[in-house]
Amino acid sequence: MNKVVSNADEAIKDIADNMTIMLGGFGLCGIPENCINALVRKGVRGLTCISNNAGVDEFGIGLMLKTRQLKKMIASYVGENAEFERQLLSGELEVELIPQGTLATRVLAAGYGMPVIFTPAGVGTEVAIGKEQRNFNGKEYLMEYAFDSDFALVKAWKGDTHGNLIFRETARNFNPMMAMAGRTTIAEVEILVEAGELDPDQIHTPGIFVHRIFLGRNYEKRIEQRTVRKKV
Amino acid sequence: MLDKTGIAKRIAKEIRDGYYVNLGIGIPTLVANYIPRGMKVVLQSENGLLGMGPFPFEGEEDPDLINAGKQTITTVPGSAFFDSAMSFGMIRARKVDLTILGAMEVSETGDIANWKIPGKMVKGMGGAMDLVASAKLIIVAMQHVNKAGESKLLPKCELPLTGVRCVRKIVTELAVIDVTHQGFKLIERAPGVSTEQIINATAGKLIVHGEIPEMIID
Repeated sequence: MNKVVSNADEAIKDIADNMTIMLGGFGLCGIPENCINALVRKGVRGLTCISNNAGVDEFGIGLMLKTRQLKKMIASYVGENAEFERQLLSGELEVELIPQGTLATRVLAAGYGMPVIFTPAGVGTEVAIGKEQRNFNGKEYLMEYAFDSDFALVKAWKGDTHGNLIFRETARNFNPMMAMAGRTTIAEVEILVEAGELDPDQIHTPGIFVHRIFLGRNYEKRIEQRTVRKKV
Repeated sequence: MLDKTGIAKRIAKEIRDGYYVNLGIGIPTLVANYIPRGMKVVLQSENGLLGMGPFPFEGEEDPDLINAGKQTITTVPGSAFFDSAMSFGMIRARKVDLTILGAMEVSETGDIANWKIPGKMVKGMGGAMDLVASAKLIIVAMQHVNKAGESKLLPKCELPLTGVRCVRKIVTELAVIDVTHQGFKLIERAPGVSTEQIINATAGKLIVHGEIPEMIID
């Protein structure tokens, strides 16, 4: 078993033009910074990205928007990115906005080997257009498909050489489900240890789901909304 | 007339001991400051936290710890972290007792629009569609009229919908209004606001039964 790679460039070396990739993170919290930077360096184009958000203009997925590497974005909320809005309104970028819970659960279904989910989110709205709808116990549900993605890029706090992962605080968000859902999953971690050093009881994502793992470097961990209170 | 704080204070009176509550961005966030004394309430942040606390002290911000509005926050004792699928599992399975959110429009049948203005704003629905599709109790905090002076309480929403027949109560700067099977029903007036003012500011069908009490806010 040899899952450890030396850096992000090596980890993403076979991500090619026109592939579909999932990226963990909520806002800028828990995003795979190293992998995104490596994708910008590699210059792959025509990507379809599945991620809750699209980063900001100068960070996260926003960096790949600036270089026009994305063909399509599937997200629930894209409010903090002016370049995104520009590309969307000009028709350069294809965008599918879907409810956040639907996004999370379509990823979950992929990771659990299930083809569809039924969710009430979006019933009676434009999200329901063209979708199969069914009534269970008197309530309407939309049928939504599991996501198929070539790669999942996730960020964990700690990981071991077997690919076992532990996330930290709200940086967990979409990462555990995406780790399960990718046909190939790449994990970048802040702390990488030998297999056996993590407490098996504390592992969030078992290593079976992770194909490549590397120690991330120079994490910026930008804060989108720095809100504080004064000490009294 | 109520200011934003007043709306938050009035909504806080709807909270009951032991509630799990999801607060949306804007006025709903302020409700956390006015939870009645002695009540234990757990705030859910749909990005993966139960037990959201106040903003951190300056210098103690943690980039791994944010709320659904991407603001730096803290936890309170007894809090728990989880992933996004589990978060929407607890929402969909109706474990969250109360959802408070903002709106651009609400219809007299309880439809809500708050995520899109065609041709103008394309930010996305985030978790709002999931929340309104499954919440046990939804209270909307919003202004009664928009910046152009038009009512936001309508017979039918004009903007793209977030959810249908889901809003139960609306608190605005003018009034507390319930959404009933017969339409909007005026429950309370804001201090200094007349029933006529509220009728004039409400485009949808508004039921007014007898004397409408003025709301009491501490």
